[in-house]
Amino acid sequence: MSNALPSILDQATRTVAEAAVPASASATTGGVAIELRDVSKAFGSGADRLVAVDGLSLAVGGGDFLCLVGASGCGKTTLLNMIAGLDKATSGTIRVEGQPALIFQEAGLFPWLTARGNVELALQLRGVPRRDRRPQAEELLGRVHLAGFGERRPHELSGGMRQRVALARALAQDARILLMDEPFGALDAMTRDLLHDELERLWRELGLTILFVTHNVREAVRLGERVIVLSSRPGRAVAEFAVPLPRPRRLEAPDVSALASVVRERLGEEVRLHAR
Amino acid sequence: MRAEGGDIFLGEPIDLTPRAPSAELLAAEVSGLDNLELTPSRHVALARRIVAAAAPRAAAVAIALLLWELVVLSHWRPSYLLPDPATVLAELWRMLTATDLPLAIGVTLRRAAVGYLVAVSIGASTAILVSRFRPLRTAVGSMITGLQAMPSIAWFPLAILLFGLDETAILFVVVLGAAPAVANGLLSGIDQIPPILLRAGHVLGARGFARYRHIILPAALPGFAAGLKQGWAFAWRSLMAGELLVIVAGEPSVGVRLQFARELSDAPGLLAVMLVILIIGAVVDGLLFGTLEKSIRIRWGLAGG
Repeated sequence: MSNALPSILDQATRTVAEAAVPASASATTGGVAIELRDVSKAFGSGADRLVAVDGLSLAVGGGDFLCLVGASGCGKTTLLNMIAGLDKATSGTIRVEGQPALIFQEAGLFPWLTARGNVELALQLRGVPRRDRRPQAEELLGRVHLAGFGERRPHELSGGMRQRVALARALAQDARILLMDEPFGALDAMTRDLLHDELERLWRELGLTILFVTHNVREAVRLGERVIVLSSRPGRAVAEFAVPLPRPRRLEAPDVSALASVVRERLGEEVRLHAR
Repeated sequence: MRAEGGDIFLGEPIDLTPRAPSAELLAAEVSGLDNLELTPSRHVALARRIVAAAAPRAAAVAIALLLWELVVLSHWRPSYLLPDPATVLAELWRMLTATDLPLAIGVTLRRAAVGYLVAVSIGASTAILVSRFRPLRTAVGSMITGLQAMPSIAWFPLAILLFGLDETAILFVVVLGAAPAVANGLLSGIDQIPPILLRAGHVLGARGFARYRHIILPAALPGFAAGLKQGWAFAWRSLMAGELLVIVAGEPSVGVRLQFARELSDAPGLLAVMLVILIIGAVVDGLLFGTLEKSIRIRWGLAGG
Protein backbone atom coordinates (compact mmCIF):
# COMPACT_ATOMS: atom_id res chain seq x y z
CA MET A 1 0.00 0.00 0.00
CA SER A 2 1.27 3.45 -0.88
CA ASN A 3 1.88 6.23 1.56
CA ALA A 4 0.45 9.13 -0.39
CA LEU A 5 1.34 12.25 1.52
CA PRO A 6 0.30 15.48 -0.15
CA SER A 7 3.03 18.05 -0.72
CA ILE A 8 1.12 20.82 1.04
CA LEU A 9 1.44 18.86 4.24
CA ASP A 10 5.17 18.24 4.04
CA GLN A 11 5.79 21.24 6.24
CA ALA A 12 3.30 20.07 8.83
CA THR A 13 4.65 16.55 8.70
CA ARG A 14 8.12 17.68 9.57
CA THR A 15 7.07 19.82 12.48
CA VAL A 16 4.94 17.00 13.82
CA ALA A 17 7.78 14.54 13.58
CA GLU A 18 9.70 16.71 16.01
CA ALA A 19 6.71 17.11 18.31
CA ALA A 20 5.77 14.66 21.00
CA VAL A 21 4.75 11.18 19.94
CA PRO A 22 1.16 10.37 21.03
CA ALA A 23 1.26 8.92 24.53
CA SER A 24 -0.49 5.71 23.56
CA ALA A 25 1.78 4.92 20.67
CA SER A 26 4.87 4.32 22.77
CA ALA A 27 2.99 2.59 25.60
CA THR A 28 1.14 -0.09 23.71
CA THR A 29 2.57 -0.36 20.25
CA GLY A 30 3.96 -3.71 19.40
CA GLY A 31 2.34 -6.66 17.80
CA VAL A 32 -0.42 -6.73 15.26
CA ALA A 33 -3.89 -6.45 16.72
CA ILE A 34 -5.87 -7.15 13.57
CA GLU A 35 -4.57 -8.76 10.43
CA LEU A 36 -6.59 -9.44 7.30
CA ARG A 37 -5.00 -11.31 4.45
CA ASP A 38 -6.69 -11.38 1.09
CA VAL A 39 -10.12 -11.50 2.69
CA SER A 40 -13.16 -11.87 0.45
CA LYS A 41 -16.80 -12.14 1.28
CA ALA A 42 -19.55 -12.98 -1.16
CA PHE A 43 -23.26 -13.35 -0.55
CA GLY A 44 -25.59 -15.54 -2.61
CA SER A 45 -24.58 -17.60 -5.57
CA GLY A 46 -24.91 -17.76 -9.35
CA ALA A 47 -26.42 -14.66 -10.94
CA ASP A 48 -27.35 -13.22 -7.55
CA ARG A 49 -23.84 -13.48 -6.22
CA LEU A 50 -22.72 -10.24 -4.64
CA VAL A 51 -19.10 -9.71 -3.74
CA ALA A 52 -19.08 -7.36 -0.76
CA VAL A 53 -15.39 -7.51 0.06
CA ASP A 54 -12.76 -8.60 -2.45
CA GLY A 55 -9.17 -9.48 -1.64
CA LEU A 56 -8.82 -7.02 1.20
CA SER A 57 -5.60 -7.02 3.18
CA LEU A 58 -4.79 -4.79 6.07
CA ALA A 59 -2.91 -4.83 9.32
CA VAL A 60 -3.69 -2.77 12.39
CA GLY A 61 -0.95 -2.53 14.97
CA GLY A 62 -1.61 -2.50 18.71
CA GLY A 63 -2.51 1.05 19.77
CA ASP A 64 -3.21 2.20 16.22
CA PHE A 65 -6.18 4.34 15.28
CA LEU A 66 -7.14 3.38 11.75
CA CYS A 67 -10.03 4.99 9.90
CA LEU A 68 -11.64 3.40 6.88
CA VAL A 69 -13.53 5.69 4.54
CA GLY A 70 -15.71 4.46 1.77
CA ALA A 71 -18.90 5.26 -0.05
CA SER A 72 -21.99 3.06 0.15
CA GLY A 73 -21.33 -0.50 -0.88
CA CYS A 74 -17.75 -0.63 0.37
CA GLY A 75 -18.64 -3.62 2.52
CA LYS A 76 -17.76 -1.86 5.75
CA THR A 77 -20.41 -3.51 7.92
CA THR A 78 -19.54 -6.91 6.45
CA LEU A 79 -15.90 -6.24 7.16
CA LEU A 80 -16.50 -5.28 10.80
CA ASN A 81 -18.84 -8.24 11.29
CA MET A 82 -16.10 -10.58 10.09
CA ILE A 83 -13.49 -9.01 12.35
CA ALA A 84 -15.90 -9.15 15.30
CA GLY A 85 -16.54 -12.84 14.61
CA LEU A 86 -20.19 -12.36 13.67
CA ASP A 87 -19.63 -13.55 10.13
CA LYS A 88 -17.17 -15.78 8.31
CA ALA A 89 -15.03 -14.78 5.34
CA THR A 90 -15.60 -16.64 2.08
CA SER A 91 -11.84 -16.81 1.62
CA GLY A 92 -8.69 -15.36 3.14
CA THR A 93 -7.57 -15.26 6.75
CA ILE A 94 -8.49 -12.97 9.62
CA ARG A 95 -6.48 -12.83 12.79
CA VAL A 96 -7.67 -10.77 15.75
CA GLU A 97 -6.11 -10.44 19.20
CA GLY A 98 -8.97 -11.23 21.58
CA GLN A 99 -12.65 -10.44 21.20
CA PRO A 100 -13.06 -6.88 19.94
CA ALA A 101 -15.86 -4.61 21.08
CA LEU A 102 -18.23 -3.35 18.42
CA ILE A 103 -19.97 0.01 18.44
CA PHE A 104 -22.79 0.63 16.02
CA GLN A 105 -24.41 3.71 14.56
CA GLU A 106 -27.41 3.16 16.80
CA ALA A 107 -26.08 2.43 20.22
CA GLY A 108 -27.36 -1.16 20.38
CA LEU A 109 -28.00 -0.80 24.09
CA PHE A 110 -30.40 -3.26 25.69
CA PRO A 111 -33.64 -1.35 26.29
CA TRP A 112 -34.68 -3.54 29.24
CA LEU A 113 -31.62 -2.50 31.25
CA THR A 114 -30.58 0.84 32.68
CA ALA A 115 -27.40 2.52 31.48
CA ARG A 116 -25.52 0.96 34.39
CA GLY A 117 -27.27 -2.38 33.83
CA ASN A 118 -25.93 -2.45 30.29
CA VAL A 119 -22.41 -1.90 31.54
CA GLU A 120 -22.89 -4.42 34.36
CA LEU A 121 -24.09 -7.08 31.93
CA ALA A 122 -20.87 -6.75 29.95
CA LEU A 123 -18.94 -7.18 33.22
CA GLN A 124 -21.06 -10.18 34.20
CA LEU A 125 -20.57 -11.92 30.86
CA ARG A 126 -16.86 -11.39 31.32
CA GLY A 127 -17.03 -13.13 34.69
CA VAL A 128 -16.60 -10.18 37.04
CA PRO A 129 -18.00 -11.16 40.47
CA ARG A 130 -21.32 -9.60 41.45
CA ARG A 131 -20.06 -7.30 44.19
CA ASP A 132 -17.42 -5.74 41.93
CA ARG A 133 -19.77 -5.02 39.08
CA ARG A 134 -21.54 -1.99 40.46
CA PRO A 135 -18.47 0.05 41.45
CA GLN A 136 -16.74 -0.87 38.19
CA ALA A 137 -19.77 0.12 36.15
CA GLU A 138 -20.01 3.43 38.01
CA GLU A 139 -16.36 4.08 37.33
CA LEU A 140 -16.70 3.31 33.63
CA LEU A 141 -19.73 5.57 33.33
CA GLY A 142 -17.71 8.26 35.06
CA ARG A 143 -15.00 7.85 32.44
CA VAL A 144 -17.43 8.85 29.73
CA HIS A 145 -18.84 11.71 31.85
CA LEU A 146 -22.06 9.90 32.68
CA ALA A 147 -21.72 9.61 36.43
CA GLY A 148 -25.19 10.10 37.90
CA PHE A 149 -27.00 8.86 34.79
CA GLY A 150 -26.65 5.16 35.61
CA GLU A 151 -30.28 4.71 36.61
CA ARG A 152 -31.59 6.06 33.32
CA ARG A 153 -32.88 3.80 30.63
CA PRO A 154 -31.52 4.09 27.09
CA HIS A 155 -34.64 5.82 25.78
CA GLU A 156 -34.29 8.46 28.48
CA LEU A 157 -30.85 9.48 27.18
CA SER A 158 -29.86 11.59 24.20
CA GLY A 159 -28.18 9.99 21.17
CA GLY A 160 -24.76 11.19 22.23
CA MET A 161 -25.23 9.88 25.76
CA ARG A 162 -26.32 6.50 24.43
CA GLN A 163 -23.16 6.28 22.37
CA ARG A 164 -21.12 7.06 25.46
CA VAL A 165 -22.92 4.30 27.39
CA ALA A 166 -22.04 2.02 24.46
CA LEU A 167 -18.42 3.14 24.84
CA ALA A 168 -18.51 2.41 28.58
CA ARG A 169 -20.02 -1.01 27.84
CA ALA A 170 -17.28 -1.69 25.30
CA LEU A 171 -14.67 -0.73 27.91
CA ALA A 172 -16.41 -3.04 30.39
CA GLN A 173 -15.72 -5.90 28.01
CA ASP A 174 -12.08 -5.14 28.61
CA ALA A 175 -11.58 -5.37 24.87
CA ARG A 176 -8.28 -3.95 23.64
CA ILE A 177 -9.76 -3.47 20.19
CA LEU A 178 -12.68 -1.20 19.39
CA LEU A 179 -14.50 -1.64 16.09
CA MET A 180 -16.68 1.33 15.30
CA ASP A 181 -19.30 1.31 12.57
CA GLU A 182 -20.15 4.96 11.79
CA PRO A 183 -20.78 5.50 15.46
CA PHE A 184 -21.37 9.24 15.27
CA GLY A 185 -23.22 9.37 11.95
CA ALA A 186 -26.59 10.14 13.48
CA LEU A 187 -25.47 12.82 15.93
CA ASP A 188 -25.66 16.58 15.67
CA ALA A 189 -22.45 18.46 14.91
CA MET A 190 -21.69 19.69 18.41
CA THR A 191 -22.30 16.35 20.08
CA ARG A 192 -20.14 14.69 17.44
CA ASP A 193 -17.32 17.15 18.09
CA LEU A 194 -17.41 16.37 21.78
CA LEU A 195 -17.53 12.63 21.17
CA HIS A 196 -14.47 12.95 18.93
CA ASP A 197 -12.68 14.53 21.86
CA GLU A 198 -13.91 11.83 24.22
CA LEU A 199 -12.87 9.02 21.93
CA GLU A 200 -9.47 10.56 21.30
CA ARG A 201 -8.99 10.92 25.05
CA LEU A 202 -9.99 7.31 25.78
CA TRP A 203 -7.75 6.05 23.01
CA ARG A 204 -4.78 7.93 24.44
CA GLU A 205 -5.49 7.09 28.06
CA LEU A 206 -6.18 3.40 27.56
CA GLY A 207 -3.96 2.62 24.60
CA LEU A 208 -6.84 1.08 22.66
CA THR A 209 -6.61 -0.15 19.12
CA ILE A 210 -9.40 1.42 17.10
CA LEU A 211 -10.75 0.54 13.69
CA PHE A 212 -13.21 3.24 12.76
CA VAL A 213 -15.41 3.15 9.68
CA THR A 214 -17.04 6.31 8.39
CA HIS A 215 -18.42 8.02 5.30
CA ASN A 216 -17.12 11.28 6.63
CA VAL A 217 -13.61 11.97 5.35
CA ARG A 218 -13.07 14.90 7.64
CA GLU A 219 -14.00 12.83 10.66
CA ALA A 220 -11.53 10.16 9.52
CA VAL A 221 -8.70 12.68 9.26
CA ARG A 222 -9.71 14.30 12.56
CA LEU A 223 -9.44 10.97 14.39
CA GLY A 224 -7.13 8.55 12.63
CA GLU A 225 -3.44 7.93 12.67
CA ARG A 226 -3.98 6.45 9.24
CA VAL A 227 -6.86 6.67 6.79
CA ILE A 228 -7.58 3.95 4.27
CA VAL A 229 -9.84 4.58 1.30
CA LEU A 230 -12.07 1.68 0.30
CA SER A 231 -13.52 1.15 -3.13
CA SER A 232 -17.17 0.19 -3.51
CA ARG A 233 -18.74 -2.95 -4.96
CA PRO A 234 -16.57 -4.79 -4.24
CA GLY A 235 -14.78 -3.34 -1.22
CA ARG A 236 -11.00 -3.15 -1.58
CA ALA A 237 -8.36 -1.00 0.06
CA VAL A 238 -7.24 1.39 -2.69
CA ALA A 239 -5.20 4.06 -0.92
CA GLU A 240 -3.65 4.75 2.44
CA PHE A 241 -2.86 8.13 3.97
CA ALA A 242 -0.82 8.77 7.10
CA VAL A 243 -2.18 11.58 9.27
CA PRO A 244 0.86 13.15 10.91
CA LEU A 245 -1.06 15.96 12.59
CA PRO A 246 -0.60 16.91 16.25
CA ARG A 247 -3.23 15.99 18.81
CA PRO A 248 -5.58 16.98 20.21
CA ARG A 249 -6.95 17.87 16.79
CA ARG A 250 -9.89 20.07 15.89
CA LEU A 251 -12.28 19.19 13.12
CA GLU A 252 -12.13 22.76 11.84
CA ALA A 253 -8.32 23.06 11.89
CA PRO A 254 -6.86 24.05 8.47
CA ASP A 255 -4.42 21.13 8.33
CA VAL A 256 -7.20 18.60 9.01
CA SER A 257 -9.24 20.26 6.33
CA ALA A 258 -6.35 20.30 3.84
CA LEU A 259 -5.59 16.61 4.20
CA ALA A 260 -9.31 15.78 4.19
CA SER A 261 -9.69 17.41 0.79
CA VAL A 262 -6.89 15.23 -0.61
CA VAL A 263 -8.48 12.07 0.79
CA ARG A 264 -11.87 13.27 -0.43
CA GLU A 265 -10.46 13.64 -3.94
CA ARG A 266 -9.18 10.05 -3.89
CA LEU A 267 -12.53 8.78 -2.63
CA GLY A 268 -14.28 10.80 -5.33
CA GLU A 269 -12.19 9.00 -7.98
CA GLU A 270 -13.53 5.69 -6.68
CA VAL A 271 -17.11 6.87 -6.63
CA ARG A 272 -16.84 8.30 -10.18
CA LEU A 273 -16.00 4.82 -11.46
CA HIS A 274 -19.63 3.96 -10.77
CA ALA A 275 -21.03 6.87 -12.81
CA ARG A 276 -23.11 6.08 -15.88
CA MET B 1 -16.78 50.42 14.51
CA ARG B 2 -17.88 49.56 17.97
CA ALA B 3 -21.49 48.82 18.90
CA GLU B 4 -22.74 51.04 21.70
CA GLY B 5 -22.79 49.12 24.98
CA GLY B 6 -22.83 45.74 23.20
CA ASP B 7 -20.47 42.80 23.14
CA ILE B 8 -20.09 42.58 19.40
CA PHE B 9 -17.14 44.28 17.81
CA LEU B 10 -16.59 44.84 14.15
CA GLY B 11 -13.14 45.33 12.78
CA GLU B 12 -11.34 44.11 15.88
CA PRO B 13 -8.58 41.61 15.04
CA ILE B 14 -9.54 38.01 15.83
CA ASP B 15 -6.92 35.53 16.99
CA LEU B 16 -7.14 32.69 14.45
CA THR B 17 -4.71 30.22 16.01
CA PRO B 18 -6.59 26.92 16.51
CA ARG B 19 -6.96 26.05 20.16
CA ALA B 20 -7.93 22.81 21.78
CA PRO B 21 -10.07 23.47 24.85
CA SER B 22 -8.82 22.04 28.14
CA ALA B 23 -10.16 18.80 29.57
CA GLU B 24 -12.17 20.71 32.19
CA LEU B 25 -13.81 22.89 29.58
CA LEU B 26 -14.66 19.86 27.47
CA ALA B 27 -16.15 18.04 30.44
CA ALA B 28 -18.25 21.10 31.22
CA GLU B 29 -19.41 21.28 27.60
CA VAL B 30 -20.34 17.60 27.61
CA SER B 31 -22.28 17.99 30.83
CA GLY B 32 -23.98 21.18 29.61
CA LEU B 33 -25.07 19.52 26.39
CA ASP B 34 -26.34 16.46 28.26
CA ASN B 35 -28.47 18.56 30.54
CA LEU B 36 -29.82 20.63 27.67
CA GLU B 37 -30.82 17.52 25.75
CA LEU B 38 -32.67 15.86 28.58
CA THR B 39 -36.23 16.93 29.11
CA PRO B 40 -37.07 17.28 32.78
CA SER B 41 -39.30 14.40 33.87
CA ARG B 42 -42.73 15.25 35.17
CA HIS B 43 -43.81 13.47 38.31
CA VAL B 44 -47.51 12.95 38.84
CA ALA B 45 -48.60 12.16 42.39
CA LEU B 46 -49.55 8.51 42.99
CA ALA B 47 -53.00 9.39 44.31
CA ARG B 48 -53.73 11.40 41.20
CA ARG B 49 -52.58 8.58 38.94
CA ILE B 50 -54.81 6.09 40.75
CA VAL B 51 -57.80 8.37 40.40
CA ALA B 52 -56.99 8.98 36.73
CA ALA B 53 -56.80 5.23 36.11
CA ALA B 54 -59.82 4.24 38.21
CA ALA B 55 -62.29 6.93 37.13
CA PRO B 56 -62.92 5.68 33.55
CA ARG B 57 -63.25 2.09 34.77
CA ALA B 58 -65.73 3.06 37.48
CA ALA B 59 -67.70 5.02 34.89
CA ALA B 60 -67.78 1.97 32.59
CA VAL B 61 -69.13 -0.23 35.39
CA ALA B 62 -71.75 2.39 36.24
CA ILE B 63 -72.87 2.59 32.60
CA ALA B 64 -73.13 -1.22 32.38
CA LEU B 65 -75.22 -1.40 35.57
CA LEU B 66 -77.41 1.42 34.31
CA LEU B 67 -78.06 -0.34 30.99
CA TRP B 68 -78.86 -3.56 32.84
CA GLU B 69 -81.27 -1.69 35.09
CA LEU B 70 -82.94 -0.09 32.05
CA VAL B 71 -83.44 -3.49 30.38
CA VAL B 72 -85.01 -4.81 33.59
CA LEU B 73 -87.23 -1.74 33.88
CA SER B 74 -88.44 -2.25 30.29
CA HIS B 75 -90.04 -5.57 31.44
CA TRP B 76 -88.53 -7.34 28.46
CA ARG B 77 -88.36 -10.48 30.62
CA PRO B 78 -90.10 -11.11 33.95
CA SER B 79 -87.94 -10.25 36.95
CA TYR B 80 -87.67 -13.90 38.11
CA LEU B 81 -85.79 -14.57 34.84
CA LEU B 82 -83.87 -11.29 34.66
CA PRO B 83 -83.48 -9.74 38.10
CA ASP B 84 -82.16 -6.21 38.56
CA PRO B 85 -78.54 -5.45 39.57
CA ALA B 86 -79.41 -4.71 43.21
CA THR B 87 -81.04 -8.15 43.68
CA VAL B 88 -78.10 -9.92 42.02
CA LEU B 89 -75.50 -8.04 44.04
CA ALA B 90 -77.41 -8.85 47.24
CA GLU B 91 -77.56 -12.51 46.20
CA LEU B 92 -73.82 -12.44 45.42
CA TRP B 93 -73.13 -11.11 48.90
CA ARG B 94 -75.33 -13.79 50.44
CA MET B 95 -73.60 -16.54 48.45
CA LEU B 96 -70.17 -15.23 49.41
CA THR B 97 -71.00 -15.09 53.10
CA ALA B 98 -73.49 -17.94 53.62
CA THR B 99 -72.69 -20.65 51.01
CA ASP B 100 -69.63 -22.52 49.80
CA LEU B 101 -69.06 -20.07 46.91
CA PRO B 102 -65.71 -18.87 48.36
CA LEU B 103 -64.60 -22.50 48.46
CA ALA B 104 -65.78 -22.97 44.87
CA ILE B 105 -63.87 -19.85 43.82
CA GLY B 106 -60.80 -21.24 45.57
CA VAL B 107 -61.03 -24.56 43.67
CA THR B 108 -61.50 -22.77 40.37
CA LEU B 109 -58.61 -20.39 40.98
CA ARG B 110 -56.36 -23.28 41.95
CA ARG B 111 -57.21 -25.08 38.70
CA ALA B 112 -56.66 -21.86 36.75
CA ALA B 113 -53.27 -21.33 38.38
CA VAL B 114 -52.09 -24.91 37.91
CA GLY B 115 -53.35 -25.16 34.34
CA TYR B 116 -51.95 -21.78 33.40
CA LEU B 117 -48.53 -22.41 34.92
CA VAL B 118 -48.24 -25.78 33.17
CA ALA B 119 -49.34 -24.12 29.93
CA VAL B 120 -46.74 -21.35 30.34
CA SER B 121 -43.90 -23.77 30.99
CA ILE B 122 -44.86 -26.04 28.10
CA GLY B 123 -45.54 -23.12 25.77
CA ALA B 124 -42.34 -21.27 26.66
CA SER B 125 -40.07 -24.31 26.43
CA THR B 126 -41.63 -25.34 23.11
CA ALA B 127 -41.05 -21.83 21.76
CA ILE B 128 -37.42 -21.76 22.90
CA LEU B 129 -36.76 -25.19 21.43
CA VAL B 130 -38.49 -24.36 18.18
CA SER B 131 -36.75 -20.99 17.83
CA ARG B 132 -33.34 -22.67 18.00
CA PHE B 133 -33.81 -24.75 14.88
CA ARG B 134 -34.96 -23.07 11.72
CA PRO B 135 -36.58 -26.15 10.05
CA LEU B 136 -38.46 -26.87 13.25
CA ARG B 137 -39.55 -23.24 13.39
CA THR B 138 -41.29 -23.48 10.02
CA ALA B 139 -42.86 -26.88 10.66
CA VAL B 140 -43.98 -26.46 14.24
CA GLY B 141 -44.75 -22.76 13.95
CA SER B 142 -47.71 -23.30 11.67
CA MET B 143 -48.88 -26.25 13.75
CA ILE B 144 -48.95 -24.06 16.85
CA THR B 145 -51.03 -21.47 15.04
CA GLY B 146 -53.42 -24.23 13.95
CA LEU B 147 -53.75 -25.49 17.50
CA GLN B 148 -54.46 -22.00 18.71
CA ALA B 149 -57.36 -21.65 16.27
CA MET B 150 -58.95 -24.88 17.55
CA PRO B 151 -61.88 -24.08 19.90
CA SER B 152 -60.85 -25.60 23.19
CA ILE B 153 -64.31 -26.96 23.91
CA ALA B 154 -63.81 -29.33 20.96
CA TRP B 155 -61.07 -31.04 22.95
CA PHE B 156 -63.40 -32.09 25.76
CA PRO B 157 -64.90 -35.25 24.27
CA LEU B 158 -61.37 -36.57 23.73
CA ALA B 159 -60.21 -35.36 27.15
CA ILE B 160 -63.13 -37.12 28.87
CA LEU B 161 -62.39 -40.32 26.92
CA LEU B 162 -58.73 -40.16 27.91
CA PHE B 163 -59.02 -39.07 31.53
CA GLY B 164 -62.65 -39.68 32.51
CA LEU B 165 -64.78 -37.12 34.34
CA ASP B 166 -61.84 -35.92 36.28
CA GLU B 167 -59.95 -32.71 37.05
CA THR B 168 -57.14 -33.96 34.82
CA ALA B 169 -59.49 -33.73 31.84
CA ILE B 170 -60.17 -30.07 32.67
CA LEU B 171 -56.50 -29.25 33.13
CA PHE B 172 -55.63 -31.07 29.90
CA VAL B 173 -57.92 -28.78 27.95
CA VAL B 174 -56.82 -25.65 29.83
CA VAL B 175 -53.21 -26.42 28.94
CA LEU B 176 -54.06 -27.16 25.30
CA GLY B 177 -56.01 -23.93 25.13
CA ALA B 178 -53.37 -21.67 26.64
CA ALA B 179 -50.00 -23.20 25.69
CA PRO B 180 -50.17 -22.42 21.93
CA ALA B 181 -50.95 -18.76 22.65
CA VAL B 182 -48.01 -18.54 25.05
CA ALA B 183 -45.70 -20.30 22.59
CA ASN B 184 -46.84 -18.11 19.72
CA GLY B 185 -46.32 -14.96 21.76
CA LEU B 186 -42.80 -15.92 22.72
CA LEU B 187 -41.96 -17.02 19.16
CA SER B 188 -43.15 -13.76 17.67
CA GLY B 189 -41.29 -11.91 20.43
CA ILE B 190 -38.11 -13.75 19.45
CA ASP B 191 -38.72 -13.14 15.74
CA GLN B 192 -39.07 -9.43 16.38
CA ILE B 193 -35.80 -8.94 18.26
CA PRO B 194 -33.81 -6.24 16.43
CA PRO B 195 -30.72 -7.95 14.90
CA ILE B 196 -28.49 -5.25 16.37
CA LEU B 197 -29.26 -6.49 19.89
CA LEU B 198 -28.28 -10.04 18.93
CA ARG B 199 -25.05 -8.76 17.40
CA ALA B 200 -24.35 -6.69 20.50
CA GLY B 201 -25.00 -9.71 22.71
CA HIS B 202 -22.70 -11.91 20.65
CA VAL B 203 -19.87 -9.41 20.80
CA LEU B 204 -20.33 -9.13 24.58
CA GLY B 205 -19.73 -12.86 24.75
CA ALA B 206 -23.27 -14.11 25.46
CA ARG B 207 -23.31 -17.70 24.16
CA GLY B 208 -25.45 -20.74 24.80
CA PHE B 209 -27.53 -20.47 27.95
CA ALA B 210 -26.33 -16.95 28.75
CA ARG B 211 -27.49 -15.84 25.29
CA TYR B 212 -31.03 -16.92 26.15
CA ARG B 213 -30.96 -15.76 29.73
CA HIS B 214 -29.49 -12.30 29.15
CA ILE B 215 -30.33 -11.40 25.58
CA ILE B 216 -33.04 -13.40 23.82
CA LEU B 217 -35.60 -13.83 26.60
CA PRO B 218 -35.51 -10.26 27.88
CA ALA B 219 -35.47 -8.93 24.32
CA ALA B 220 -38.53 -11.05 23.47
CA LEU B 221 -40.40 -9.87 26.56
CA PRO B 222 -42.87 -7.51 24.84
CA GLY B 223 -44.10 -10.30 22.54
CA PHE B 224 -43.99 -12.82 25.37
CA ALA B 225 -46.12 -10.59 27.61
CA ALA B 226 -48.73 -10.33 24.86
CA GLY B 227 -48.70 -14.13 24.59
CA LEU B 228 -49.02 -14.53 28.37
CA LYS B 229 -52.02 -12.24 28.38
CA GLN B 230 -53.68 -14.02 25.50
CA GLY B 231 -52.83 -17.37 27.07
CA TRP B 232 -54.61 -16.34 30.25
CA ALA B 233 -57.75 -15.43 28.30
CA PHE B 234 -57.69 -18.86 26.59
CA ALA B 235 -57.00 -20.66 29.87
CA TRP B 236 -59.87 -18.94 31.65
CA ARG B 237 -62.34 -19.66 28.83
CA SER B 238 -61.27 -23.31 28.60
CA LEU B 239 -61.55 -23.68 32.34
CA MET B 240 -65.10 -22.34 32.42
CA ALA B 241 -66.13 -24.61 29.54
CA GLY B 242 -64.49 -27.52 31.33
CA GLU B 243 -66.19 -26.85 34.66
CA LEU B 244 -69.58 -26.74 32.97
CA LEU B 245 -68.99 -30.04 31.16
CA VAL B 246 -66.88 -32.01 33.62
CA ILE B 247 -68.47 -31.98 37.05
CA VAL B 248 -66.20 -33.62 39.55
CA ALA B 249 -68.17 -35.09 42.47
CA GLY B 250 -67.53 -33.45 45.82
CA GLU B 251 -65.51 -30.59 44.29
CA PRO B 252 -67.45 -27.33 44.27
CA SER B 253 -66.33 -24.93 41.56
CA VAL B 254 -67.53 -21.76 39.91
CA GLY B 255 -68.64 -23.69 36.83
CA VAL B 256 -70.57 -26.20 38.95
CA ARG B 257 -72.31 -23.33 40.76
CA LEU B 258 -73.31 -21.86 37.42
CA GLN B 259 -74.66 -25.18 36.17
CA PHE B 260 -76.64 -25.77 39.37
CA ALA B 261 -78.12 -22.27 39.26
CA ARG B 262 -79.36 -22.95 35.73
CA GLU B 263 -80.84 -26.32 36.70
CA LEU B 264 -82.65 -24.72 39.65
CA SER B 265 -83.77 -21.75 37.50
CA ASP B 266 -82.09 -19.55 40.11
CA ALA B 267 -81.63 -16.43 38.00
CA PRO B 268 -80.11 -14.17 40.70
CA GLY B 269 -77.67 -16.94 41.66
CA LEU B 270 -76.77 -17.59 38.02
CA LEU B 271 -76.07 -13.91 37.34
CA ALA B 272 -74.14 -13.61 40.59
CA VAL B 273 -71.83 -16.47 39.55
CA MET B 274 -71.46 -14.91 36.10
CA LEU B 275 -70.38 -11.68 37.80
CA VAL B 276 -67.74 -13.66 39.69
CA ILE B 277 -66.41 -15.15 36.43
CA LEU B 278 -66.38 -11.75 34.76
CA ILE B 279 -64.64 -10.06 37.67
CA ILE B 280 -61.93 -12.71 38.07
CA GLY B 281 -61.19 -12.67 34.34
CA ALA B 282 -61.07 -8.89 34.18
CA VAL B 283 -59.04 -8.43 37.36
CA VAL B 284 -56.35 -10.92 36.34
CA ASP B 285 -56.25 -9.53 32.82
CA GLY B 286 -56.24 -5.89 33.83
CA LEU B 287 -54.29 -5.86 37.07
CA LEU B 288 -51.75 -8.58 36.36
CA PHE B 289 -51.21 -8.50 32.61
CA GLY B 290 -52.24 -4.91 32.07
CA THR B 291 -49.68 -3.81 34.65
CA LEU B 292 -47.03 -6.13 33.19
CA GLU B 293 -47.51 -4.82 29.66
CA LYS B 294 -47.63 -1.22 30.79
CA SER B 295 -44.47 -1.49 32.83
CA ILE B 296 -42.66 -3.08 29.88
CA ARG B 297 -43.84 -0.31 27.58
CA ILE B 298 -42.67 2.35 30.01
CA ARG B 299 -39.32 0.71 30.73
CA TRP B 300 -38.57 0.22 27.05
CA GLY B 301 -39.72 3.70 26.16
CA LEU B 302 -42.50 2.39 23.91
CA ALA B 303 -45.28 4.27 25.71
CA GLY B 304 -46.33 7.63 24.38
CA GLY B 305 -45.82 10.51 26.81
